Amino acid sequence: MRSSFNKFEEAVFRFLMIVSTLVVLGCLFLIIGTVLFKGIGSMDLDMITRTPQGGYYLGKEGGVLNAIVGSIVLTSSATAIAFLASLPVVLYINIYAGKNSRFAELIRLSLDFLWGIPSIVYGAFGFIIMVYFGISASLLGGIITVALFILPIMARAMDEVISLVPVELVEASFSLGSTRIETASRVVLRQTLPGIISAILLAFGRGIGDAASVLFTSGFSDRIPLSLTQPAATLPLAIFFQLGTPFPEVQERAYASAFILTIIILIVSISARLLAARFRRHTIQ
Amino acid sequence: MTAKRTLKDLIAGKAMFLITAGCGVLVLVMALGLLIRAWPIMQIKPLHELLFSVSWSPMKGDFGMLPFIMGTLWVTGIAIVIAVPISLLTSIYLSEFALSRIRELSRPFIDLLAGIPSVIYGIWGVIVIVPLVKGRLAPLFGVSSTGYSVLAAGIVLSIMIFPVIIHITMEVFQAVPAGLREASLSLGATQWQTVKHVVLRRSLPGIIAANVLGFSRAFGETMAVLMVAGNITKIPGSVFDPGYPLPALIANNYGEMMSIPLYDSALMMSALVLFVVVIFFNVISRYILHRIRLRIS
Amino acid sequence: MQTNPHVRVHDLSVSYGSTPALNRISVDIPEKQITAVIGPSGCGKSTLLRAMNRLLENSDGVSLSGSILIDNENIYDPGRDVTEIRKKMGLLSQKPYPLPMSIFENVAYGPRIHGMKKKNEMAETVRHYLTISGLWEEVKDRLHEPASRLSIGQQQRLCLARGLAVEPEIILADEPTSALDPKSSQKIEAEFKHLKNRYTIIIVTHILRQARRLADYVLFMYLGELVEHGPAAQIFENPQHEMTKEYIRGIIS
Repeated sequence: MRSSFNKFEEAVFRFLMIVSTLVVLGCLFLIIGTVLFKGIGSMDLDMITRTPQGGYYLGKEGGVLNAIVGSIVLTSSATAIAFLASLPVVLYINIYAGKNSRFAELIRLSLDFLWGIPSIVYGAFGFIIMVYFGISASLLGGIITVALFILPIMARAMDEVISLVPVELVEASFSLGSTRIETASRVVLRQTLPGIISAILLAFGRGIGDAASVLFTSGFSDRIPLSLTQPAATLPLAIFFQLGTPFPEVQERAYASAFILTIIILIVSISARLLAARFRRHTIQ
Repeated sequence: MTAKRTLKDLIAGKAMFLITAGCGVLVLVMALGLLIRAWPIMQIKPLHELLFSVSWSPMKGDFGMLPFIMGTLWVTGIAIVIAVPISLLTSIYLSEFALSRIRELSRPFIDLLAGIPSVIYGIWGVIVIVPLVKGRLAPLFGVSSTGYSVLAAGIVLSIMIFPVIIHITMEVFQAVPAGLREASLSLGATQWQTVKHVVLRRSLPGIIAANVLGFSRAFGETMAVLMVAGNITKIPGSVFDPGYPLPALIANNYGEMMSIPLYDSALMMSALVLFVVVIFFNVISRYILHRIRLRIS
Repeated sequence: MQTNPHVRVHDLSVSYGSTPALNRISVDIPEKQITAVIGPSGCGKSTLLRAMNRLLENSDGVSLSGSILIDNENIYDPGRDVTEIRKKMGLLSQKPYPLPMSIFENVAYGPRIHGMKKKNEMAETVRHYLTISGLWEEVKDRLHEPASRLSIGQQQRLCLARGLAVEPEIILADEPTSALDPKSSQKIEAEFKHLKNRYTIIIVTHILRQARRLADYVLFMYLGELVEHGPAAQIFENPQHEMTKEYIRGIIS
């Protein structure tokens, strides 16, 4: 009696577990599928080759080239800055301070906190910095804010690969008379290069997809930005604004823009994963 | 030659330390920056009025945030109610029951789910979830709804936090020693009994930490919520009512905030509230997870 | 000395992925005696023990062929309920793994899973098995404290009580004293001597002197092969195989 009840209970939960897993994975395919399917119908060459012409947001001609270029320029610059800031951090805590030291744990903890802060708060903080330095909403403002936003993501992802480097390897390099900076740049970086590139791509993907952080800080413009002080459009904001108009033609373009953004994200995520997989192959053997 | 190399090492070390320390105090700098900008309004209005008054009209100088705080709690609460059981069951399945091939195969997909931009979640919510709430769920309960509701926002949010919760919960399960599972199995317990009585019990603090992190992620999520929650300044009465979460308030009003006195300060104050709540939950869950990591090593 | 075989291993091979761990083992293990499995580490002793409890199939990439008969029934028959098989055996691992619950609940866990409900019956069962494992006097006043507060030696005896409480016929012990101090090890060994009248005990050990002290029957394994087996006196005093001789004399270890 009891044992048949146990079997029933186990069967029910097994069923629920499989259903839940299918729901989670199903959501992924449903979201990507819907966006790609809806978007491909509205795609045309104009979308990626032209900037918005007069009356674009009323349904007249044009495309979102401004936002594509804006997003790529903004996020690439932000990624470069975040890289220049996070590499020293990660090398310092892993090689100078020692990867299990209190200091390293403290920095990891504060990076985890930074990671948890919502991007809208980064947007507000970026805005505060801009007001302080007298910068108006511009490409520069967006770059600073996004760089801050992706810094913890990149640093933690790099830390995860670099902290896997065996202590023996680092010690072997020390014992051959290398200084710490030489060990860091010649041994550790070379050993973990694919993992580091994958961390950069991961951060780039997060940066290019985020809208809330650039909302206050980068402004929006129908033209391709030609200098750091000009406002710049970004893809996520273009999607948001186009979807917000009452015109179905413009909303269609939001779908097309979402299609473009999704494709970029997929390319970036998949290359990051392939690199990470390659990296894992190297460390195991 | 060696002196030069040592000097280079020393300078590099100092420079790297400065950048690292800068990162370490960034959280504090952010808190300070937000506090300074929120200070003007906090001086004029008592904190409890700001947090617990329902009257919000910036033109008249009323800045009661309760409708927005309640909006946030509604959407986050709904998201958690949906996400917790589904993520927990998925984590149990993937880490305790599924073949390792299936586990490894599904990992990249779950990571991908975490990488989808929130504006894409938002547009998907508008295309799929909003009509679903309007056309199917609301009529089912005999209510009419535009579909732009706290329920729609909660559903979209729950999907966004699946990967956060699943990722950490699976890590926590991995930290349960295999010997403990075998001890239970060798007594003739089934796999499910082992999970129920041993694995879950042992991982309970970690599961809580994972869900708290999921909660705090949902709490600050902006764009997707902004696009589907309806954004009407009123405390929602049911899940089919629209709500106006705090992050959406900040995002929607950045344009005019400089033109009305104290408005910018009020918005910075809401950012500060988000910041404080999120950091608070992060501190709790990171502490628990840290303890668990200590126990393994 | 001659008794019925309780466990009959026949032509058992196990490999992890492409790495072979056990190579065509066949042996009969006598009933109600202590059988010690000895050999250098990595020789497949633990694998053999885990195969008897069907714990290997939980890890991926394990392939297994051959059969293990307990009471003349093959535990690898597809129709067999694995929980019934495991209930016949109590497992004691290298490190004690108390379940995350109280001392009382640890012992009650098995009986409860197998359907015991009455409160006083349960209390009696817990007391009985804690007494058998020599722990009752030490813990009777703090039965409801978490088991993790016991010392390692006490935890191991708790695990023994927990295993006995499901009323097994066989006790499988995988280097049960390797994490313990000498005093606690002594207590566990004394328990085994005491229990062998009622249970078939199979103990994996790398401590030769422990095997000498306890064993009635000995299996010597080397690199996944069963090199030699027989009554303890024969293996220790008059080993037939070169390898066994060298191991007993401490040349290989």
